[in-house]
Amino acid sequence: MLSARREPDAAIAAHARNIRRASLRMAHAARLGHPGGDLSCADILATLYFHVLQVDPCAPAHPDRDRFILSKGHASAALYAALAEAGFFPATALDGFMKPLSPLNGHPNRTKVPGVEANTGPLGHGLPIAVGTALGARLQGAAWRTFVLTGDGELQEGSNWEAAMSASQFRLDRLTVIVDRNGLQQGARTEETVALEPLAERWRSFGFAVVEVDGHDVGALIDVFSRLPVESQRPTCVIARTTKGRGVSFIQDRVDWHHRIPTAEELADALAELEDRA
Amino acid sequence: MTTRHDCRTAFADTLAALASENIRVVAVVNDSVGSSNLKQFRAQFPDRLINVGIAEQNMVGVASGLANAGLLPFVCGASCFLTGRALEQVKADLAYSERDVKLCGMSSGMAYGELGPTHHSIEDVAWTRAIAGMTVIVPADPKETAQAVRLAATTPGPVFIRVSRLPVPDVHDDGYRFGVGRAVELRPGSDVTVIANGVLVHHALEAADRLGRDGISAAVVNMATVRPIDRDAVVRAAERGPIVTVEEHTVFGGLGSAVAEVVVDTRPVRMKMLGVPGVFAPTGSAEFLLEHFGLTAPGIAAAVRALLS
Repeated sequence: MLSARREPDAAIAAHARNIRRASLRMAHAARLGHPGGDLSCADILATLYFHVLQVDPCAPAHPDRDRFILSKGHASAALYAALAEAGFFPATALDGFMKPLSPLNGHPNRTKVPGVEANTGPLGHGLPIAVGTALGARLQGAAWRTFVLTGDGELQEGSNWEAAMSASQFRLDRLTVIVDRNGLQQGARTEETVALEPLAERWRSFGFAVVEVDGHDVGALIDVFSRLPVESQRPTCVIARTTKGRGVSFIQDRVDWHHRIPTAEELADALAELEDRA
Repeated sequence: MTTRHDCRTAFADTLAALASENIRVVAVVNDSVGSSNLKQFRAQFPDRLINVGIAEQNMVGVASGLANAGLLPFVCGASCFLTGRALEQVKADLAYSERDVKLCGMSSGMAYGELGPTHHSIEDVAWTRAIAGMTVIVPADPKETAQAVRLAATTPGPVFIRVSRLPVPDVHDDGYRFGVGRAVELRPGSDVTVIANGVLVHHALEAADRLGRDGISAAVVNMATVRPIDRDAVVRAAERGPIVTVEEHTVFGGLGSAVAEVVVDTRPVRMKMLGVPGVFAPTGSAEFLLEHFGLTAPGIAAAVRALLS
């Protein structure tokens, strides 16, 4: 029987800091990555893996596991760091991030990395896949749940809205979409590019139960995830209000840190800011 | 006149039989229950016919998710939309993700005739064949269609099968056993080899008859699997002499290209690739267009004569 870890808030916050620190080290070592988006979703990933997801790191393909799909595949460093932190593979493997022939590609590959559910990277792919997993669970009378984390900019991809329509049509109340709503996409703010607001209303009009939450408040995230499904017969959309680059003063809410790489000095400063304050 | 059959019947019967035998089999459609001939399937397995509406990207993504959940999805939709609209999902969500999802491209080629190039699917083999890990099958008749659908269920990874709506005669006898990646010589010959697949195989056979009356001995090979291609069969053909390929597809990247890739790599011989010559088809019925592009028996025979002269 699989169960979630249900760790306390402070422990989860510490895991999130570890994920942030590991992500930045990986980006620095590889000279590649997407630090802004990694830091943005660290608290969400930590909450999922250390409180919500019923998964077994020793049996990553367990048929009854909850499915977590990272649709914003460019945040692969954060996902790998979270998986290592949760024990799916040793943390030393993170040193291979984007190195030649490493299983840790710039975007996750499920056939190479334990715990990865889908090979994402092209945007707008995660939600359709998640609709399929949630539907597959229901067709088989299985109890496991599906979670998918999307970026906000990626909601400009129309495939998400195809999937959203089908999720509500199929009444997939074991499907939860989490939007990492940091307001920034690669080149500018989402609202200056192609506006997403009113985002909650849009999801509601597509048949979702919508909850808005501070995506860096572990306690608030736990509270939302403990109430799933928010409405029976409806899929849930959690709009997690986040700050891109959260946790490092000179990275957060800065558009250029979408895929800027920290220098050695910047890395040291960032790691110092992310010291365990507990 | 030989009786002709719509391969969609064999496809639908086989899919229903598979679903009876295997609880994991589900069909995923884009509002294409009728055009995929799945009304009976829906009646038999109402919960296992998943209609995502007119949304091909979602259709293929959902199929990938269903496979993640342990099911064996057969995605059925008009080939032009299934492959063209959802190609990135086919690449990333199925092939790169190594998902056991089967793609049934209905009414492929120029079967939609007068509906025009938007509805023709003459690039699907090139597109799917270019993706790592794909198996690509273009069956010639109902027997081969049925066996291709059945074998797809046990072939690892994504499989793309063309299912034509153009009525075709049986080109295989009752004992025929289709094997993925295995070509079959339907007619022996010594001067030239015609390698065809899909709905043009029977035209190739008729062309060989005509050539025989002129004293030209043309072998006819049915190359139903375009990827992985039967290299040995191509080499055997090349050892015999020139090769003419015949496909209801653009000549860029399909069967002819796949054969040529083997020929240049092993035993270079003269080739002629028959197909749609890199143009959008004019208005006309499917039958008209096949004639227009020289893909029926007279055109094939003429191309063989030209190649040998």
